[in-house]
Amino acid sequence: MAFYNKIIKKSIWVFHVSASPCNNCDIEILDLITPGYDIERFGIKLVGSVRHADVLLVTGIVSHKIAPRIKQLYEQAPKPVFVVGIGTCTVGGATFKQSYNKAGASLDKIIPVNAFIPGCPPKPEAMIDGIVKLLGTLK
Amino acid sequence: MSKCRIPLGPFHPLLEEAEFFNIKVEGEKVVDIEMETGWMHRGHEKISETKTFTQSIFLVERICGICSTSHPFACVNAIEDIDNIEIPERAKYIRVLIGELERIHSHLLWVCLAGHFIGYDTLWMWAWKYREPILQLSEMITGNRNHYAMMRVGGVGRDFDNSLIPKIIPVLDMIEKKMVMLAGAANDDPVLRSRLKGVGVLTKEDAINYCANGPTARASGVDIDVRRDDPTAYEVVDVKVIVTPNGDVYDKLVVRVLEIIESCHIIKQCLKAFEKVQGPIINKVKEISPGEGIGRYEAPRGEVFHYIRSDGSNRPLRHKVRAPSFSNIPTYKASCVGIPLADALITLASVDPCYCCTERSIKAFDINGKKIEHNLLHLSRKKTERLQRELIPKEKSLIDGIFDLSLSR
Repeated sequence: MAFYNKIIKKSIWVFHVSASPCNNCDIEILDLITPGYDIERFGIKLVGSVRHADVLLVTGIVSHKIAPRIKQLYEQAPKPVFVVGIGTCTVGGATFKQSYNKAGASLDKIIPVNAFIPGCPPKPEAMIDGIVKLLGTLK
Repeated sequence: MSKCRIPLGPFHPLLEEAEFFNIKVEGEKVVDIEMETGWMHRGHEKISETKTFTQSIFLVERICGICSTSHPFACVNAIEDIDNIEIPERAKYIRVLIGELERIHSHLLWVCLAGHFIGYDTLWMWAWKYREPILQLSEMITGNRNHYAMMRVGGVGRDFDNSLIPKIIPVLDMIEKKMVMLAGAANDDPVLRSRLKGVGVLTKEDAINYCANGPTARASGVDIDVRRDDPTAYEVVDVKVIVTPNGDVYDKLVVRVLEIIESCHIIKQCLKAFEKVQGPIINKVKEISPGEGIGRYEAPRGEVFHYIRSDGSNRPLRHKVRAPSFSNIPTYKASCVGIPLADALITLASVDPCYCCTERSIKAFDINGKKIEHNLLHLSRKKTERLQRELIPKEKSLIDGIFDLSLSR
């Protein structure tokens, strides 16, 4: 495990899961990989398939329709996989707290979550900080 | 030639949002396309009925993160339409300024994604580099990069700081210069031109039949723009509407690039006016009388429509939202059929669809209050169980006799 963690710290591959968000966190995630912030210099890269992912970035409240798909994606990801909830929606629902189409009170009722990054939307600096803190927990 | 079905989504590397497309192809040619929506439904209209009018503005802001000032703009227009509330002149300029800043970054976002879809990632990275200063300007003016929270009933929530004008002008000049460069590149670059020219044509007739609006309609030669036709704050500035005749993806790119330049001009008009126009930014509104009102606004993707009914209390009795992509997305049926599969994706993206805005549908419940879901396997198995119960053979047929015979032996 220690060997694996040493490797994963150098190159984190993230997969972006949009679970009924308002698109804002998604756009800020794209902001991370473009010239403004450019997190590829830390070895963090956005990948197209969940089979290659080390970290899942989940945004949005999880609606009833998408909840089974999120579970399916989590099962498909190679373990160990880390899940980061981006935005206040994943923490407690934000303005959609009373929504009738919400599958769970927060994301960790659906799949296990390692870190939350609150904010509406969180600034790109906050996202980088969150992922770096997650890396710090790896021994 | 045999037909083949290609499922795309809901989690596909090229789709930002969860969407499902069912594309039927014959060899290379797309013959039919269907889509399934509803992954993003969050129930705004119902939540809005439990919030006050001011809280509703913050709620509708979160319908979509990209057009996050268009929905509040249309919402306050609808509330002000109930009582014919006038807003101060300075508030009008501030509203226009925020709306146009948002249009610039939304159109730049489309240019980025279009570049990404046709495999031209250089364009993606460049355009995103130009988009970043706009977000920083938004943060300077409103305090947040995306959700601005500027609109209030009767005006705006935050005054514009006149000392920011010298910081804004150079950014606008830069954007204008780079957009001229981008337009030149689109014209000269043989790859970009051949990938976009004549691809996914939406004729003027189809655009009218499918009720397309916004840049999608304007690229097909339909001359509509709410900013000019039904202005609520835009009467204080001159708006030039850009219309192109062909309706292909290239024209949609041209319309959007020219609209970015036009938005820069509108913002400059506002900045010039801020030095002269001083005064209040909000008219205090004590209560909303019973009645109904509609609000329209030209979002980056087309016309946003909000309807609000009030019963005299501090909450909306009914709040209806109709987003531009709702009528733009069905144009796929006209533009995608008959083109090669490789061009289908850029044609799907060319209307700048925003599914978060669109998905305002509601869930269906049956007579016992149970939710009706689209689980076909579940439904099919239930039907088999029901038939098994119903079709218990009443009388023994000839074939049952075989088993009796074998048992007796």
